[in-house]
Amino acid sequence: MKQLDLRRFPGFFAITLLCVVVLYAPLLVVSVYSFNASTSITNWGGVSLEWYVDVFTGPESPKFQRAAMNSLIIAVLAGLCATLIATSAAVAMHRAGRFKGKTATFALINLPLMVPEVVTAVASLIFFTAIGFSGGVGTILLAHITFCIPFAYLPIAARMQSVPDSYEQAAMDLYATPWEAFRLVLLPLMMPGIFSGFLLAFIISLDDFLITNFVKGAGVETLPTAIFGAVKQGIKPNIMAISTLMLGVSVVFVTLSWLIGRSGQAKT
Amino acid sequence: MAAMAPGGASSSEIYKGNASRLLLPTWVVIGVFLLVPVALMATYSFLTKEFRGGVIWEFSLAAYDQFFLNRGLFGDEPPRIEWTYITIFWRSIWQAGLATLLCLLIGFPTAWFIATREARMRTVWLLIVTVPYWVNLLIRTVSMKFLIRDEGPLNAMLLWSGLIDQPLGLINTNLAVQLGLFYSYLPFMVLPIYAAVERYDFALSEAAADLYAGRWTTLRLVILPVVKPGLIAGCILVFVPSLGAFLAPDLLGGAKSFMIGSLIEEQFKGAAGNWPFGAAAAMILMSIVMVVLLVYARSQTREAKA
Repeated sequence: MKQLDLRRFPGFFAITLLCVVVLYAPLLVVSVYSFNASTSITNWGGVSLEWYVDVFTGPESPKFQRAAMNSLIIAVLAGLCATLIATSAAVAMHRAGRFKGKTATFALINLPLMVPEVVTAVASLIFFTAIGFSGGVGTILLAHITFCIPFAYLPIAARMQSVPDSYEQAAMDLYATPWEAFRLVLLPLMMPGIFSGFLLAFIISLDDFLITNFVKGAGVETLPTAIFGAVKQGIKPNIMAISTLMLGVSVVFVTLSWLIGRSGQAKT
Repeated sequence: MAAMAPGGASSSEIYKGNASRLLLPTWVVIGVFLLVPVALMATYSFLTKEFRGGVIWEFSLAAYDQFFLNRGLFGDEPPRIEWTYITIFWRSIWQAGLATLLCLLIGFPTAWFIATREARMRTVWLLIVTVPYWVNLLIRTVSMKFLIRDEGPLNAMLLWSGLIDQPLGLINTNLAVQLGLFYSYLPFMVLPIYAAVERYDFALSEAAADLYAGRWTTLRLVILPVVKPGLIAGCILVFVPSLGAFLAPDLLGGAKSFMIGSLIEEQFKGAAGNWPFGAAAAMILMSIVMVVLLVYARSQTREAKA
């Protein structure tokens, strides 16, 4: 008798394929058209790298390069600060026993995830204006650190939970101070989580448009706000080349974090 | 999510007594740069507007009045309900709801399919579905605009194949926004459902089959109830960001698909800026989201007790 395969449902594979097509079709189309030799975005004029050259040397290149630099600096700094803060918070939440206000702190850490992005954007703009901070890289950075904390916290806390504290106990039995137990034992064990936390925070910072657009002030641009400004005047081929480059960077990052995640799993 | 439960989980006390020192940076940063700003925003929604942006520190209910009531052009008529903004909110709610439903209908089979592969193929499929989530949302939305605009490749392909004889006219419609929202947040639906299906015990399906339940009956009466927490988590993760979305409605939609995000943005960026009104609209949006999250949290606690 033929066994009924309980895991199979007719049509589910087709829907999965549909899902993949919907997710990738727009990105693939833009990548292909970024190699278009024509100045029109509609007609195909043969394969060329013209628009990639334009991105690096064209009339708009200084603007986009400055924006890319701002984005990169902000993402690295916001990622580092958020990771530092989140690591310290994770140690408190998972290695300091019970304490007053633990539930409230947990809610606070996750607050940036629960408040809708546009609300955070409005609130930040009002706050920075009220205290007299004019927009700029500094205000963008402060806003980014804040909303990156929960993203850095999630993988770090998950990792810390999977590492039993017996290693640190053993170290302290051998007269390690709590600081030494943390630095020499817990921290190395936590590294895969900390690294994924940083990568996630970095990507989230790089991805942000809405909050940045509210707090940036005039004249300061990150890559997303610069692209948004350009797209408002119509999609041009150089935008497609930039998009394809950013797509490439994202793919490299996912693969990297995937490999790190796998090596982290293999060790435990 | 259960693993993240506060308090419980890990009882380790190695660094006991250091909690406040370790948490100080978190409290200060999120407190000063999120809690205080939100409180300030709440205050601003009750202040008087200053022309050209900003506020005058005088208490006023004008922002909420403007949102809900219409007192005529000169403000001297008896108040009637103002539908302009309620309509925008209502449109946002059903657009977000529909996007959630679509993501669920496509996301569940996808998550199921991936979770029932062999371990090796599972990670590959999972990677395929998560890569778009890591790609800049603006880039993804612009790509969607490029694909579906009237002169775009989608219409060109359909025209060439003879399926249609004029462009679909998809861009700047509610449908385009819908497509954008669905496309933006689909991975948020797949991942939590995948996690739930992965933990599903197939002995349950076998038991159902032994009792002569068909495939679809098993799905409806056994599988769906068991993976329900994953379905609900996915729905929340899609609905909440869709409700306040800015990029998809702004880039793909037109005047008739205006949503909350654009309404709020306009109050702070546009020439006709009105900060108290923008703050009030943001407060109303946040209240809706908080209600949704509270209902979710209550259902979680009830489930945990049961």
